[in-house]
Amino acid sequence: MATVSMDKINKVYENGFHAVKDIDMEVADGEFVVLVGPSGCGKTTTLRMVAGLEDITSGTLRIGGKEANDETPKERDIAMVFQNYALYPHMTVAENIGFALKLRHLPKDQIRAKVSEAAKILDLTEWLDRKPGQLSGGQRQRVAMGRAIVREPSVFLMDEPLSNLDAKLRVQMRAEVQRIQRRINVATIYVTHDQIEAMTMGDRVIVMRDGILQQVDTPQTLYDHPDNVFVAAFIGSPAMNLYDAVLGEDARSIKLGSQQVDLPDTVAIKRPALRSYIGKDVVVGMRPEHLRAAPPDYTGPTLIGNVELVEALGSELVVHFTIDANRVLAEGAVDKDEAAAVKDGEGVARVAAKTPVKPGDKLPFAVDIEDMQFFDTQTDLAIRD
Amino acid sequence: MGARTRKGWRKVINGVNLSAFIVVLFIGLPLYWLIISSFKTPAALGASPPQYWPNPWSGANYSQAFNQYNFGQYFINSVIVTLVATALVLIFGTMAGYALGRLPMRGKFTLMVTLLIISLFPEIAVIAPLYTLLKDLGWLNSYQALIVPYVAFNLPFAIWILRNYMLGIPKEMEETGRIDGAGPLRTVWSIIIPMALPGLFTAGIFCFTACWTEFLMALTFNSADSYKTIPVGVATFGTALEVPYGTIFAASVVAIVPIGILVFIFRKNIISGLTSGAVKG
Repeated sequence: MATVSMDKINKVYENGFHAVKDIDMEVADGEFVVLVGPSGCGKTTTLRMVAGLEDITSGTLRIGGKEANDETPKERDIAMVFQNYALYPHMTVAENIGFALKLRHLPKDQIRAKVSEAAKILDLTEWLDRKPGQLSGGQRQRVAMGRAIVREPSVFLMDEPLSNLDAKLRVQMRAEVQRIQRRINVATIYVTHDQIEAMTMGDRVIVMRDGILQQVDTPQTLYDHPDNVFVAAFIGSPAMNLYDAVLGEDARSIKLGSQQVDLPDTVAIKRPALRSYIGKDVVVGMRPEHLRAAPPDYTGPTLIGNVELVEALGSELVVHFTIDANRVLAEGAVDKDEAAAVKDGEGVARVAAKTPVKPGDKLPFAVDIEDMQFFDTQTDLAIRD
Repeated sequence: MGARTRKGWRKVINGVNLSAFIVVLFIGLPLYWLIISSFKTPAALGASPPQYWPNPWSGANYSQAFNQYNFGQYFINSVIVTLVATALVLIFGTMAGYALGRLPMRGKFTLMVTLLIISLFPEIAVIAPLYTLLKDLGWLNSYQALIVPYVAFNLPFAIWILRNYMLGIPKEMEETGRIDGAGPLRTVWSIIIPMALPGLFTAGIFCFTACWTEFLMALTFNSADSYKTIPVGVATFGTALEVPYGTIFAASVVAIVPIGILVFIFRKNIISGLTSGAVKG
């Protein structure tokens, strides 16, 4: 049971690569924090510095209030689950789970008791005598978890523990990991590149990019109020529609390509900083669910899109459309192949399942103005107050 | 299911099996001839037409090898030299293989290439300087006169095998060990070595066989009868006038038995050791 705090943590590799830059973060006791970001953003390096597998170049790491920079992994009393599980192939499940206890010279009957308790929590009792090679992916994953929880560590670290599982199992294990974390109730840092895992699992989510912390918030705040263009584009699936736009006179309208969308005055009242952008370029963000198919008698602000593709998901339609405004792609938020596949001015809307729409249509979307996001084109930061 | 039966019959006799059979025959026939000949009487050995099956069976060659000649002593010498050399090769090979495969080190590539070159040196090229060296050390006619050169000659190959094996062990295994609280020695002993076991078996069998059958150095460095190893001992059976083929055959059979047993016991491990690194897994 302990807290983890990082104060201006930096990691510079021998080759000069600055992987982690001035990270500040706090993880409270019992809290589940998810570190998320695209690959190469420094999230795993950060986790490994907490684990003691990577030296900290500068800054202070405290575990349970005590400076831990120079402590060995053993002294830090952490447990870690690796992406590939790293189970000892020559040991049985019971030996795998009990290895750390054996190294601490616990009496054999105590080890057995703790191992069987962990096995019960993880539903592994009948597999205790098997070797990892005889287990399925999900079972191996649970053994890796068991090895970590049996030690009753003060900090629990997980490095993409679900990424080797198939999609269906991953959903199950998401819930399972959360259940176990609640049960053992220790500070947990969970690294993933999957923003859905981040949203569904974390008490708080830390978004990283290029070694720099972007935003730390609860999943909902992150989703509703992203601090910058990167977070806006990275969190949410399908991703937020981001366009270059020009803010009209008195902040009462916004020009997206050749279309003008009227804004109620509440927009500028809620975001006083917006006034200084009048007549200037901004980046506008709209979540796909905030673009609905406008009914014929709709009088509110609309945006007309050329429908390119309609994906029927049963519960809703995902409509891909284009407008003649410039689509903003946040570098690193989507991978390169995906970015290359995005058409000029392409956007995505989620509309009701039975909406009559087909490719080639010009569909008017009702825009939920209140949920619109504005960003500075230079700094990429959200324009709020 | 008549069609199926014919298919089954075709399964047994086909090109692949036939060629394998020929290869086995090629290797197996001389071995068969060696074994049955060792049980023949001297008269039957030279019989024409040759006897394909000993008649009568005779154990005389075996008792002669052990009684008339000093074969028991040769056998013990071979066991001592081979076992000690193999053990040392595996100990040093594991440590060096781990260091070269795992630890951050400058000049790894150069070192590995140098090792490869050394392992390709012909024995004959270094035997004269080695002889004078051992003579100056006063080591001629001793176990270490063979053990030390054997270790030196077999170590490079063992290091290559073990290093490649270590490379195949994921780095996370050690990191997990560290987090579980294992020190470096404990990690190597409890995690790395068990995982590298097939590699150790492979290197061990190769080294054992090489030492067990080595002739040139054994002949040159240990000429005293009490330090002769099996290959040298058997080669010097008999006199200028008489070559006791039957006894030589019997001694040779005894000499190949340990290798046969080792390979049979560890066959699975050896094969997985030989194929490791072919497929990342």
